[in-house]
Amino acid sequence: MNQSAVNVEVNNYRVSDSLKYFGKGATNFVGGLAILFALWWIGIYFMSADPARQHFADFGPIPAIKAIGYAWEDGLVQSAVMSSGARLGLGLLLAISIGVPLGILMGSSKKFRELSNAPFQLLRMISPLSWEPIAVIVFVTWDQAIVFLLVIASLWPIAFATAAGLSKVDPAWFKVARNLGAKPRHILTQIIIPAIAFDVLTGIRLALGVAWIVLVPAEFLGVDSGLGYTIQDARETLQYDYLMAMVLIIGAIGYLLDSTCVFLIKRYSWTRGEV
Amino acid sequence: MSIRGVRIEIEDLTHRYTARSPLTFERVNVEADPGESLVIIGRSGCGKSTLLHILAGLLSPTSGSVKLDDKVVEGTSSRWVMMFQAPHLFPWMKVRQNVGIGLQFANWPEKKIRERVDYALGLVHLEDYADNNVQDLSGGQQQRVALARSLVMEPEMLLLDEPFSALDAFTRASLQRDVRSIAKELGFNLVMVTHDIDEAVLMADRALVMAGSPGKIMHDIRVDLPDPRDREDQAVQAMRAQLMKTFHDAAHIQSNGLSTEVTETAAVVGNT
Repeated sequence: MNQSAVNVEVNNYRVSDSLKYFGKGATNFVGGLAILFALWWIGIYFMSADPARQHFADFGPIPAIKAIGYAWEDGLVQSAVMSSGARLGLGLLLAISIGVPLGILMGSSKKFRELSNAPFQLLRMISPLSWEPIAVIVFVTWDQAIVFLLVIASLWPIAFATAAGLSKVDPAWFKVARNLGAKPRHILTQIIIPAIAFDVLTGIRLALGVAWIVLVPAEFLGVDSGLGYTIQDARETLQYDYLMAMVLIIGAIGYLLDSTCVFLIKRYSWTRGEV
Repeated sequence: MSIRGVRIEIEDLTHRYTARSPLTFERVNVEADPGESLVIIGRSGCGKSTLLHILAGLLSPTSGSVKLDDKVVEGTSSRWVMMFQAPHLFPWMKVRQNVGIGLQFANWPEKKIRERVDYALGLVHLEDYADNNVQDLSGGQQQRVALARSLVMEPEMLLLDEPFSALDAFTRASLQRDVRSIAKELGFNLVMVTHDIDEAVLMADRALVMAGSPGKIMHDIRVDLPDPRDREDQAVQAMRAQLMKTFHDAAHIQSNGLSTEVTETAAVVGNT
């Protein structure tokens, strides 16, 4: 059997294997969510069975799902997602712009790494939300303060992951590249960036998770848009079905963003193994 | 492809890594004609690999010079390419991309790169693996990709730093045969460092025996054997014995004062 025939056979095997994995994944996805919703429904059912706590019924899955439809028709979901998404996007973009070069510096300069280790570890361990009072004083608008909090929250995972990625790069790759006539820009774009892509994307995935968690409480104060604000508003107007609808949307978007990161990591990673 | 070798002139080459470190080797003088294959043999630490790195332009010598066709080597160039002990392929790339990376650095058009890469993969018998990820290949296949990556640059001189030492005996033998025949067919110079005396006999036009600390070229032996070379051939066996004796003598001089006799095991003999 020649190599082409072997490749066809291997590809056929891979297609059937992929379908099997997809089917298993879809079953787990639907099954897992069904269990979650069932537990949620049962919990709310028993809580609201007591007439004194009947208003808890609005927290249930069915009113929440119905409220998503109403909120969508009112344009509430779209406007909240747009506002939060813009803040998150800007915050992450700034964090990547600062974090990746900072990580490259940490990974490539021993002196800088040793000097920066203590202050960076100290800063990393400060809860991002504890910067909020300072951010409110320093920045002119609430929006700027929230973006600052998101940058602070997501900067460290990106910088440390980039540095860790760079430390794993085989120095022989640089020697080989130089030997084949690579210029510094080639070394950066064709060796360093692809070599550390997995670690940088993993750092961005972690950063996204932290930033998404910080975003909602950060929007509880000051601003009049976004998912955090919408939850706060629903609580104050006693619209618990809307509140739960927003909680569901936050979870769903977070899951979607994380899945996108996993897809990108798989797409651009060269390391073999589970993400 | 029209590849021609270069005239190599190594003049009074001396090297130490730092001002306070001992000399790695001193006063190395070698000349070689275009297309000639030199194999440098010697014990670990005598400066063979350092010499090769200086020839490749990856290191600067402390004093002396390396001239290729009367031009002093002052840095790396696609005219002289080095193959290392490990293939050091870029694992995020396919075979084809790995082989063509040097041409890409030189801004070659895509179509030309493709043609050259196909040709180079043909030379190393990996045409069918062009679109595989390099991580899916065996160690021997990966070393063949590294060879193709060097050949695609149409080098005038190919430098080999113990490139087959990590391979199994069968793969090593087949690569030794292929590399020498490709070098002879295309006419470029080979300069190879090895611990393996069998490998030196099979691949060299001249074997340079390096010994001492700091290292020196102790012997320059012409390996005048017809191609293809078979390790079972009597002439090959005789040359091997001669080279082994020379290696022992050089090692004996090196260890003068420490030991009166060099044992058979002191010389690393290939097991292929």
